[in-house]
Amino acid sequence: MHRGKGMKFVGDSRVPAERKPNIPKDYSEFPGKTEAFWPNFLLKEWMVGAVFLIGYLVLTIVHESPLEKKADPTDAGYIPLPDWYFLFLYQLLKYKYAAGDYVLIGTVIIPGLAFGALMLAPFLDTGLERRPSKRPIATGLMLLGLISVTYLTWESVVTHDWEKAKTQGKIVDVSFDQNDPGYQIYQKQSCVGCHGNTLTGGASGPSLIGTGLKPEEIMKIAKEGKPPGMPPNAFKGSDEELKQLAEFISKLEKK
Amino acid sequence: MLQKIYDWVDERLDITPLWRDVADHEVPEHVNPAHHFSAFVYCFGGLTFFITVIQILSGMFLTMYYVPDIVNAWESVYYLQNEVAFGVIVRGMHHWGASLVIVMMFLHTLRVFFQGAYKKPRELNWVVGVLIFFVMLGLGFTGYLLPWDMKALFATKVGIEIAMTIPVVGPIAKTFLAGGEIIGAQTLTRFFAIHVFFLPAALLGLMGAHFLMIRKQGISGPL
Repeated sequence: MHRGKGMKFVGDSRVPAERKPNIPKDYSEFPGKTEAFWPNFLLKEWMVGAVFLIGYLVLTIVHESPLEKKADPTDAGYIPLPDWYFLFLYQLLKYKYAAGDYVLIGTVIIPGLAFGALMLAPFLDTGLERRPSKRPIATGLMLLGLISVTYLTWESVVTHDWEKAKTQGKIVDVSFDQNDPGYQIYQKQSCVGCHGNTLTGGASGPSLIGTGLKPEEIMKIAKEGKPPGMPPNAFKGSDEELKQLAEFISKLEKK
Repeated sequence: MLQKIYDWVDERLDITPLWRDVADHEVPEHVNPAHHFSAFVYCFGGLTFFITVIQILSGMFLTMYYVPDIVNAWESVYYLQNEVAFGVIVRGMHHWGASLVIVMMFLHTLRVFFQGAYKKPRELNWVVGVLIFFVMLGLGFTGYLLPWDMKALFATKVGIEIAMTIPVVGPIAKTFLAGGEIIGAQTLTRFFAIHVFFLPAALLGLMGAHFLMIRKQGISGPL
């Protein structure tokens, strides 16, 4: 590169006036079948990307992304589950010596050691040898880590109650008149505590939408209870109010 | 015509060296799947980048409809999913891309690890790569809350409770993430800001460093 005296510039800028030809390097001088990135190799990468994109789009179309019902912080019975790539950390905290009094082992010490070692791998494994078989400690520790993560994820998946998970967050499409006198009574009574603000049920009470019951039957349940969950005499109010409530609930239907 | 435009710009800005820097790098035989099929393991890093680009683009379109407040967040996602033309595809790509990017990054990490490609002189590039991994996990964690549905809320509650058990840092992290005592309106706006501005900014910076280093050092040789 030309430096110093005698250099010419474009105007008063720092751009050199001398133009360089836009010619690629000659790759015949490189060893083996070395290829230029642009455009030869990029075209192949592009094709791999296109095939990958097709698979990706098929996945997107076949499995619609999930959406559960709107967050309701009052639903104490909901069993939470993080996204799948956090399951191993979540599962770790279910073991005796990584929970309770020992929770720091599960939240700080084990993950800290594992991820710390991963980050500092080049400074821990400083030998010149690159083949996995020639550096058994590094390879062994990584395999151990892989097996642990796979095992923990697996355990987390098989112990999760998928049947309940399917129903607990389901969007229930229901519309009712919030100003209905029956709903006003419903909210004032203890019903709302178990059956929820939207009458869709919760941890301790079933959904009241589309029960198919007649008002008389609902009045009976509200007074006498229904084992095992529903206690007798749950309703405290006048007979007039009870009737309005029962008529309101019996009218609720799934859309 | 195009050549004339190029020459006009090049005369003023001297872009040829820049362009040759981007276009001129050799792809050695041992990383080229066209010559050795087993070299497909070298595709994982590129595919991670490819999905990251898709995540950024689909995320940009999602923010055209998404509203980060607890009253409207779920409704806006529901609307996007059920009413907006191709909304289900854009959200689906963002949702599945979040998982795929973790898978690809994981495979890329394993390839680099088992080939011992992180050894001198490439230590710094490995450290930056692991930082990218952490940022991606952070993006996954913050993005999970945004639809404001049941699993979003309760998974975030659990996540923050776990963070709380860490001495000293835990309570500070909770205040920073939740914006108060409860997981609520403040938390959602904070997670949105972190997911859309803070972490992507960190990600782009780290990826820039990752690519600069690989261009400077070249890819590691065959085993």
